[in-house]
Amino acid sequence: MTRKKSFLEVIAENRFIHILLSIFLGFLVGAVFLSIMGLSVSAAYGRLISSVTSLKGFSYVIVYSVPYIVAGLSVAFSFKTGVFNIGAEGQFVVGSMAAACVGILAGSLPKPILIPLCFLAAMAAGAVWGIIVGVLKTKWGINEVLSMIMFNWIAFYLSNFIAGIPAIKNDGTAEATKNISDNASLLFSKDFIKSMGLAPTANWGFLVAIVVTLIVWFVIEKTTLGYELKAVGANKFAAEYGGINVNRSILTALAISGALAGLAGALQLMGMGKRISIFSSQEGFGFAGIVVALIGCSNPFGVLVAGIFYGGLMYGGSKLNLEGVPTQLISVIVGTVVFFIAISVIFENLGRFSTHANRNAEAAADKTAHEQQQKEDEKK
Amino acid sequence: MKKILAMALVLCMMFAMCATASAADAKIKVGMVTDVGGVNDKSFNQLAWEGLQALDPDAFEVNYLESKTDADYQTNINTFIDEEYDLIITVGYMLADATREAAMDNPDQKFAIVDDSSCADLENVACLMFAQEECSYLVGLVAGSVTKSNTVGYVQGMVSDPMNLFGIGYITGVLEACPEATILQYNANNFGDIAGGNTAAKDMITKGADVIYHAAGGTGNGVMNACDEAGIYGIGVDKDQRVELGLECIITSAMKRVDVACQDISKAVKDDAFKGGVHLYNLANDGVGIAPTTDVVSAETLEKVEAAKKAIIAGEKTIPTSAADCPAFTLNG
Repeated sequence: MTRKKSFLEVIAENRFIHILLSIFLGFLVGAVFLSIMGLSVSAAYGRLISSVTSLKGFSYVIVYSVPYIVAGLSVAFSFKTGVFNIGAEGQFVVGSMAAACVGILAGSLPKPILIPLCFLAAMAAGAVWGIIVGVLKTKWGINEVLSMIMFNWIAFYLSNFIAGIPAIKNDGTAEATKNISDNASLLFSKDFIKSMGLAPTANWGFLVAIVVTLIVWFVIEKTTLGYELKAVGANKFAAEYGGINVNRSILTALAISGALAGLAGALQLMGMGKRISIFSSQEGFGFAGIVVALIGCSNPFGVLVAGIFYGGLMYGGSKLNLEGVPTQLISVIVGTVVFFIAISVIFENLGRFSTHANRNAEAAADKTAHEQQQKEDEKK
Repeated sequence: MKKILAMALVLCMMFAMCATASAADAKIKVGMVTDVGGVNDKSFNQLAWEGLQALDPDAFEVNYLESKTDADYQTNINTFIDEEYDLIITVGYMLADATREAAMDNPDQKFAIVDDSSCADLENVACLMFAQEECSYLVGLVAGSVTKSNTVGYVQGMVSDPMNLFGIGYITGVLEACPEATILQYNANNFGDIAGGNTAAKDMITKGADVIYHAAGGTGNGVMNACDEAGIYGIGVDKDQRVELGLECIITSAMKRVDVACQDISKAVKDDAFKGGVHLYNLANDGVGIAPTTDVVSAETLEKVEAAKKAIIAGEKTIPTSAADCPAFTLNG
C-alpha cells in the first residue's frame, strides 16, 4: 500500500533539510542569547545580513571563504576515506609557512613561476605533515586523532620558530614574517578593485577554490583511486578482502587531505594575509574546516556552499561590535549548528515517530472497521 | 524546495528592513581596532577601550572591532573607513603595516596608532608613543630597594625595540638602588601564555628572586600569580595591577596611560587640532607614571623615587633607551 509521505517524514529523509534546520536552530539559539542579554535581535541579524549583501560586502565574504572552503575540502576528503583529519589545522599552518618562505626567499621570480611554486611548496608541506601521521597509524597503529592534535602544536611552534629566523622575520617591529613578494600575491590589480568597488583584498583565490572543488569531486567520484579510498572508508576489511591495499590507501588519503589543507594555508597567505604573525593562539582555520565539512555533508559542492556561508558568518560577525553585540555570538551560532548536525539523528527519528503514529492510526482504523464488520455479521 | 527558498528570502528582507540606519548627528565617531589580544586582554587593548568609553557620550560615539587573525587588521580598518569614522585608533605595533597602507590609500582619514612610530612620516597618522623606560626605571628603583636577597626577576613578553625599553629602564633602576643585585631575565616570547609566565616566575623564585616585574600582558598574570603563591613581591605593568588583579603581593605598577593618550587624540579631533607625527607620553605630561605603592615600600624609597621623577622631568637625568647603553640587559639576542 503506498501512502502519501507526511511532512515530518519528508524532513526526516532529506539530509539537506537537516542542515537547513540546524542552521535555523543555530540562529534561533543565537536570538535567545541576544534576548537574554537584552540586545536587539533585529539589529544584530540585520547588521549580519546587510554587511554581506552589498557588492563590496559579498566580495569580502568570497575572500574570507576561500581558506574555509579548501580546508573544508581537506577534511571532507578525509571523512570520505574513513580517517578523521583533525590535523588540518597543523597542515594549514605548515602549508602557509612553506608558501611564505618561498614567497619571501624566491620573491624575485616572475609571477607565473612563483605562484605555482608557492602552491606546490604548501601542498608538499601539508602532505608531509599528513603522511607522518599516516605512517604512525599504519606502521604502529597509533590513533591518528591523538597524533594529529599533537602535530597541530608542533606546527604551531615550528611556524613561530621559522617566523623568528632573521631571513624571514619582519624588518620592522612587528612580530611577524616579512611580507611575501608582490609576485606571489593573488590580489586583483588595485585599479580593477577600485573601479569595481570590491573589497581591497579581492583576489584570485576563489577561482582556485572552485577548481580544487571540481578536482576533488572528480577524484572521489570518477577515478579508481577515489573508489578505492571510499571503499576503505566504508569498510576497510571488505576493501582488503577485495584486494585493496588498505595501508597504502590511508597514506594516500592523508597525503591528499594534508596537501589540500596546506593549499588552504597558501591561499589565505597569498590572497589576504601577506605575512604570518607569531601566533599567540591557534588561528583555527583547520578546525573551521571540520565545521565546514560537516555543514557541507562532506560533499565537495556542499563544502563550497558551506564555506561561503561560514565566510559570511565570519565577515558579517566581525561587524557585530558596531551594534554593541559581542562577536562571540557567531561562535554560539556555529556551535549550535554543529551540535544539531551532529545529532541530526533526532530529525530522522521525527520521521520514525510520525510513521509510527500513522501506523498506529491505520491499525486502529483497521481494527474499528473490522469490529464493525463483525457486528454487522452478528446482526445477520 | 521553492517554498523554503521563498521563506528564507522573506526572512532576509525582514531583517534587512529592520536594520536601521544610525541617525546622523554631530558626534565624533572614534573606532578602535584591537590586535589579536582582543578587547579584554587586561592590558593595552583594554586600557585604550576604557579610555574611549570614559569620553563624554554626548560628544563621542566610540566603537571597537576585534581582530582574530593577523589578516583581519586591514578588514577591520576598512570597515571603520566605510562607516565614515572620524578617527581610527589601531592598538599595537602589529597593526603598523596595515595602518600605513590604509593611511596612504585614504589620505583624508585620520588615524592614531598606539606604540608605533614607523608611520610618523604620514600626516594623517598620530603615533602615540610612551616613554616606558621612565616608568620602568622608577619601579626598578623600588624593586632594588625592597629586595632582601639582592635578586630580582624580570619577565618580558617579546623581544623588540619598544618592548626592550621596559627592561632597560627597569634594570637601570634596580642597579642604581642596589648595585650588587642579580637580575634574572626571561623572554616569554608570548603575550598570552599564563602558564608559561607562571613557570618562569617559579623558576626565578627558586633561584632566590624576591621581587619580579613583568612587561608581558597576559603572560604576566601568570607571573603575578606565582609571586602571590610564593609570598614574594610583584610589580605590575600598564595599569594599577594591584587593583586590576586584586593581588596583595603587587607592591606597585609601572603605569602607561594608553587611556589618556586615546582620549587626548579623540578630543584633538573634536577640537580640530589633530596633528600627525609622534606624540610622546612621558613622566613630564603624566603619560607614564608609577602606581600608588603599599606599605612595603619605605618612605625613604618613595622620596628617592620622587626625586628621580623630578630629575627626569627637569631633564637633569636621562634613562638609556638602547640595549647598548645597558649591558646588564641580556634579552636582546
